[in-house]
Amino acid sequence: MAFPVEEKDGFAVVILKGEVDLNNSPDARKVILNCLKKNRPVMVDLSAVAYIDSSGVASLVEGFQYARSNDLDFGLIGVSDAAMSVLKLARLDQVFHIYESLPERVGRGN
Amino acid sequence: MNSPRQQAAAPVIEVENLVTCYGEQRILDDVSLTVNEGEIMVIMGGSGSGKSTLLRYLVGLHSVNQGVIRILGKDISKLRSGEWLQLRKKIGVSFQGGALFNSMNVGDNVCMPLREHTSLDERTMRIISRMKLEVVNLSGFEHLMPAQLSGGMVKRAALARAIVMDPTIVFFDEPSAGLDPVVASELDELILQIRDALNVTVVVVTHELESAFKIADRMAILDRGRVLMVGSVDEVRQSNDQRVRNLLNRKSAQEPVNADDYLRRLTGGVM
Repeated sequence: MAFPVEEKDGFAVVILKGEVDLNNSPDARKVILNCLKKNRPVMVDLSAVAYIDSSGVASLVEGFQYARSNDLDFGLIGVSDAAMSVLKLARLDQVFHIYESLPERVGRGN
Repeated sequence: MNSPRQQAAAPVIEVENLVTCYGEQRILDDVSLTVNEGEIMVIMGGSGSGKSTLLRYLVGLHSVNQGVIRILGKDISKLRSGEWLQLRKKIGVSFQGGALFNSMNVGDNVCMPLREHTSLDERTMRIISRMKLEVVNLSGFEHLMPAQLSGGMVKRAALARAIVMDPTIVFFDEPSAGLDPVVASELDELILQIRDALNVTVVVVTHELESAFKIADRMAILDRGRVLMVGSVDEVRQSNDQRVRNLLNRKSAQEPVNADDYLRRLTGGVM
């Protein structure tokens, strides 16, 4: 499954949907890192994620690490309950920049 | 009263009329048990009750000869090796002694199932294993060897490895055994957190009453290879069955002595 990227409000919004697991997390990783390697600020939309496994979360971690190393913006928006419970287990909810929506992120400015 | 979790869930493990023997000796005698999705089932019993034997059959370490075990709807005695491999990816096991590979450090132990069963990028595997070590409060210990760990750390490392593949079912064999009460309690909390966050089905074999009452949604009480009862914690606590009461009160069951049998055992039947 290819994960779409939408250009909105100056961000590359990577939209993850459905089940993100071992089968498709390498795709998610590739999409996220490709956007970052083009020096794009990235928001990952998790609102339609029904399940995300550790490999999916690891893709987010890797993206965040790359963004920090290269002084790029990286955040999560609309994190679904299913995704949030996985993030919380490893206390990653305290690590990622998490926003309810893209407008909330945009409203915060730089 | 059943919790909503128990009522709504589908069976993940079904054991029907399982009979197992070591030589002539019957170890499990007509055991039937169902474990539902997302619940924590504690299998409890004294030493020699057959609980660890049941666990070994559930994880496929022994072949079923009499009775049926279905895991995720599949009769495990009828699976081909490739099908077993697929099913095993959905199962995590935390063994009593940890069963860590002594020649590997903690990080490599936790990473091993990912290396065996996935083709993920090395960096991704490392992040996953470190995440799991964070979950079990072992972050920063990945370079230590198993021999350098305390008993509680070994158990936690084994737990990290058991959940590294995000399994559907996790089996624990005596998770609290040999741990001090504080560490044992922390491990119980961890089991509850993991179940709640990942909605995994958990089967715990233990003889630790306090731990069982803390984490169980339902309990199966085994005695000499038979299931005495299956019920909620409250149902077990309120049971009037004398053998269940003995277990809860930590009394050994004293069988009436048959003089002929007793003498035969002592003398080998020769006088």
